[in-house]
Amino acid sequence: MAREQPPTNVKPTAEEVTSAEHTRSGTYYRPNVDILERPDELAVLADIPGATGEDVDIHFEDGTLSILAKVKPRQPDQTDFLIREYGVGDYYRTFRVSEVIDPSKIAAEFADGVLTLHLPKAEAARPRKIEVKT
Amino acid sequence: MVFRYFNTLHPMDQLRKEMDRLLTGVTTALGAPSRSAGGRGQPAVNVWESGDALFVELEVPGLKSEQLELSVVGGELTIKVERPEIEEEGVTYHRRERPVGSFTRVVRLPVEVDADRVQAELRNGVLTITLPKAEAARPRKIQVATTG
Repeated sequence: MAREQPPTNVKPTAEEVTSAEHTRSGTYYRPNVDILERPDELAVLADIPGATGEDVDIHFEDGTLSILAKVKPRQPDQTDFLIREYGVGDYYRTFRVSEVIDPSKIAAEFADGVLTLHLPKAEAARPRKIEVKT
Repeated sequence: MVFRYFNTLHPMDQLRKEMDRLLTGVTTALGAPSRSAGGRGQPAVNVWESGDALFVELEVPGLKSEQLELSVVGGELTIKVERPEIEEEGVTYHRRERPVGSFTRVVRLPVEVDADRVQAELRNGVLTITLPKAEAARPRKIQVATTG
């Protein structure tokens, strides 16, 4: 049995625009994400099964990160489902990123239906060791 | 991918199968699509059929085929996923929504399938299992002879 862990340290730094699904036409699914903070970067991992690496649009503007992944339908519309527990469609989600990010260094990878975004912190925001001279 | 055939008559296995049977029955009755109906991190399944085969599909992003074990026995398809829970050191989670951990999902097959010819494909985090129907379960055209 799998269990879902509650976040151990959730800071109110990333908020979604919850009405995102309604401002665009069509049905969009909100992918599950993990957002991690490492010393040098923020990492966003998004579950987007059924998408390919090519059909993913990532935008970062004014501190808002948005992810749009197009997914091709896998079965024809008229398929007669015996059990249907999920739908197949495009993914869309946006985040406000409060950390100071260097947009020119954002990198993305895609493998096995998981999109990984690396948002490196801007130089000024990185933790710095300060030497104390005695 | 490992296929195993086993005969489990252990009472606990039978109890588990009864519970899974009941739960699968509930979701079949609902029929309406939802984003993910499997509770507690269990993945949702979609099942459909053609004349020749039954299809079972699961979304399992991030999974590698070595972590999957499939078996067909007694009219049931069992999908087992072994995923170690990895905790990264020195990391703060701002959000943690992606399911973690291992699970087992049992799907009761409505028709008899040819277990020797079951195939599975894992692509972009989507697992598609094709279960060819047994000869006896395939639709057959019946010729109608007109007389008189």
